[in-house]
Amino acid sequence: MSRVGLVIVSHSATLARGVVELAGQMAPDVTLEPAGGTADGGLGTDFEAVTAALERASQGAGVVLLYDLGSAKMVADLAVEGLAEPDGALVVDAPLVEGAVAAAVAAQGGSDLSGVAAAAVRGEATEVAEPTAEESTDLLLTNEIGLHARPAALLARAVANLEAQVTVAFGDRKADARSVLALMALAARGGDTITISADGPQATEALQRIRDLASRDFDE
Amino acid sequence: MGCTAEQVAAALRAAAAVVAGHRDELVQLDRAIGDGDHGENLKRGFTAIVSKLDASTPDTPSAVLKLAATTLISTVGGAAGPLYGTAFLRAATATAEAEELDAASVAKALRAALEGVVARGKAEIGDKTMVDALDPAVRAAEALGDNDVSSVLAVAAEAAATGAESTVPLVARKGRASYLGERSAGHLDPGARSTALLLRSLADSAAGRP
Repeated sequence: MSRVGLVIVSHSATLARGVVELAGQMAPDVTLEPAGGTADGGLGTDFEAVTAALERASQGAGVVLLYDLGSAKMVADLAVEGLAEPDGALVVDAPLVEGAVAAAVAAQGGSDLSGVAAAAVRGEATEVAEPTAEESTDLLLTNEIGLHARPAALLARAVANLEAQVTVAFGDRKADARSVLALMALAARGGDTITISADGPQATEALQRIRDLASRDFDE
Repeated sequence: MGCTAEQVAAALRAAAAVVAGHRDELVQLDRAIGDGDHGENLKRGFTAIVSKLDASTPDTPSAVLKLAATTLISTVGGAAGPLYGTAFLRAATATAEAEELDAASVAKALRAALEGVVARGKAEIGDKTMVDALDPAVRAAEALGDNDVSSVLAVAAEAAATGAESTVPLVARKGRASYLGERSAGHLDPGARSTALLLRSLADSAAGRP
């Protein structure tokens, strides 16, 4: 299966590599390409480097580009306009770090181009629409760190490609299960009980996958 | 009389010399309200244009402008690369068929350049950017009507200089300077300044002055 690739366009080579490192930890099968700094190693954005990164990240399912500051967006836009098929890539206006993490997890889960772009944009959103839950289950978190970064990423990935709207509730807070950052913002720890609700054709499958994950203590 | 590809190339060489001569000034302006790289970046870009022209000069004015565009996009690391690159690219497209540039095609190229910069950078008049120099330049060139290339560029350069000066009291709303908020007021915008410098240089070339 080909996945959506990601390009991180930054003025700094170090920053671009760091974002790739962080987002890649949660998305081992996604092609993440850093494009930071100028050709001579300085601060700035390099059109040729962005174009090359765009080509490498393109695995057939499209590419989402995230950027740090204004002129990086311009260079990203130019690189996309230079593609044979400009529709195959989207420059997304999103917070760089949160957006990259959210987009990488969505791509790992098999989301399409628009889905990955949307995940990047809502990266830091924690509010979700109230679903009319058909199924729900309470789940005791028995792993030590609860829904911290890695378990949250595993959970989001488990349901990302299912036809189901999945919500995780803890206390009076709710999170879209596809959003790693929203899950982390719940701050549910080991020993806490969360409530999973799912709606849609694959709601049962979604609940089962999350139960399995939790029963394995998220492979800790 | 129109401008040939050779003359456009010569004008770009002269512009490169002007940019190099004003490198320190542009760096100082950018250091005040930006990241301080505008003079160096632009000098690098125009030096690269000259190198490419040394290797071979394209046949039409449009092709020369396109060479400048792709070179600036590839070699200028800051916002000036995509912005000036887009400006030259749109100017090249607007003059695609012409063997020589007359006054009307120069005005058309300037209009296309402005529209490209606005589309790329999303800046408006009063945002303290190169648009504050380029927009009045385009309107002055269009208002002159039927005339010769050197006159069109002369009024454009004049209007650009006035427009650039008008950025001094402004609070920046686009680009790195916008992060400074009120503290960006009281400084000449480096992008508006370089736009005015480039148009002055082009006007001098068209008038036969070095």
